Amino acid sequence: MGMTMTQKILAAHAGLDKVEPGQLIMANVDLVLGNDITAPVAIREFKRMGAKRVFDRKKVALVPDHFTPNKDIKSAEQCKIIREFAYDMEIENYFEVGQMGIEHALIPEKGLVVPGDVVIGADSHTCTYGALGAFSTGVGSTDMAAAMATGQAWFKVPEAIKFVLKGRLNKWVSGKDVILHIIGMIGVDGALYQSMEFTGEGLASLSMDDRFTIANMAIEAGAKNGIFEVDDKTLEYVKEHSTKEFKVYKADEDARYSKVFEIDLSSIPLTVAFPHLPENVRTFDEIGDIPIDQVVIGSCTNGRLSDLRIAAQILKGNKVHPRVRTIIIPATQRIYLEAMREGLLEIFIEAGAVVSTPTCGPCLGGHMGILAKGERAVATTNRNFVGRMGHVESEVYLASPAVAAASAITGKISSPEEVVK
Amino acid sequence: MIQGKAIKYGNNVDTDVIIPARYLNTADPKELAAHCMEDLDPEFKNKVQPGDIIVAGTNFGCGSSREHAPIAIKASGISCIIAETFARIFYRNAINIGLPIMECPEAARDIKDGDQVAVDLTTGEITNLTTGRTYKAAPFPQFMQELIKAGGLVEYVKGRMGAQG
Ligand code: SF4
Repeated sequence: MGMTMTQKILAAHAGLDKVEPGQLIMANVDLVLGNDITAPVAIREFKRMGAKRVFDRKKVALVPDHFTPNKDIKSAEQCKIIREFAYDMEIENYFEVGQMGIEHALIPEKGLVVPGDVVIGADSHTCTYGALGAFSTGVGSTDMAAAMATGQAWFKVPEAIKFVLKGRLNKWVSGKDVILHIIGMIGVDGALYQSMEFTGEGLASLSMDDRFTIANMAIEAGAKNGIFEVDDKTLEYVKEHSTKEFKVYKADEDARYSKVFEIDLSSIPLTVAFPHLPENVRTFDEIGDIPIDQVVIGSCTNGRLSDLRIAAQILKGNKVHPRVRTIIIPATQRIYLEAMREGLLEIFIEAGAVVSTPTCGPCLGGHMGILAKGERAVATTNRNFVGRMGHVESEVYLASPAVAAASAITGKISSPEEVVK
Repeated sequence: MIQGKAIKYGNNVDTDVIIPARYLNTADPKELAAHCMEDLDPEFKNKVQPGDIIVAGTNFGCGSSREHAPIAIKASGISCIIAETFARIFYRNAINIGLPIMECPEAARDIKDGDQVAVDLTTGEITNLTTGRTYKAAPFPQFMQELIKAGGLVEYVKGRMGAQG
């Protein structure tokens, strides 16, 4: 019986010729990641383990991105713990405010993940790097601590669901709509304990940014990881961003999948997830009039340059609705700089939006745009759980940058068709 | 043997309601426990007694990887969680920090809020003392039993690093 992409990568990192679904293995990791919420706990546990040094100072990345620039004294203390640890351990990939970005946009941009890698991060959206053909998954702080100490992590080898993509996306439809559509189809636990493997001739038409968005939300279907077959676009991206050696793993012809879905990209409509679960998806024929108070364009899901370009294309020459606070957050310093050079920031500000320094900010209800009781936001983020962006009686609607930008203009959840003629 | 009263919740209890992000600027278990379940059940912190058992539906602990979620639950005095299924990061976090969890769909569906429940972690046997019914959860694989026996991942790694000198 053949192996899936994920199974092959895991076998290779565990020093095994073969692995079976359900098997428990110890695997070597190529990168261990943590942020300002999870790393302080990991550092405490690391010390409790009696560890003195990290296993490899080049293979640990620390990114203070959630409550930074420090939103209050407690956050400042948390960040200080990471900073001191990073200096102490001479961690090469510590990114201070000014270098920092949202971890899952930053790590690929810095070339720290390449195809075939095993990456764990104490952040659930670590699955984002599956876009590069790596096995990459979220873990907790104690796992992070153990991996920093030993260079290893335990895994249960997952089964996989295969998504065979064909056709191409229609105008305005993006990777965000693809993944929301899929989560709507299989549910928030539809891929529980499993890999989501993306392949098929439709892949070629998806940009790397689309793939990052799709892999990012694999966790919202309960998956252990999402992973894309490596193609020319992946290789081009890797060449541009990284000097690390890499290995491409392809699924065996006779790999076994628990399910196979064929998805025609051209059949996917603009999709919005209603509160309070990412699986509550609706299309514009079912949406109706939903007035909103805030729009957030950013996050590890949709804060990349192509996302900002789409938003700018729609906002250009328009004004945001006077009742809608529109907050735009480039995901990294580099994206911020490029957006400035391309004139996107000017378009946003002229339209009446605010542009923030890179941060997770409102995505997790941290800071920079918290919702009051009864308020509604359209956000390009990935979670719309109860209280996620603020008050327990506030609401988050998940959508693509195109829908978010159009909604900012009209003041209600809107398709870009309504504002761009 | 663990024994306590069941506190019951539904499906997809996510880590944002278990411990909202607004409290994540600390990692102190006591402070986290003070806000445990706040956005789902504001009464939780008043009604929870040491030893109580959370019983829930599918996909318990979905969402973020914050270990603060099982830490908050453990620090609240909860002795065990029984659910139909767990989200995978929550599952490994609970094991890693030594919070017992049991996957048992039948028990999770049957047990009612307020029932007295006993759990035998070694055999996986769950008894509803209120109704007298018993259930059997799948036992943990060998490796996880070792982790749990060692007292969680920290102790396990400590042991291994000690062995390596
Ligand atoms: S942007 Fe949101 S989902 Fe992404 S890492 Fe930050 S808080 Fe998590």
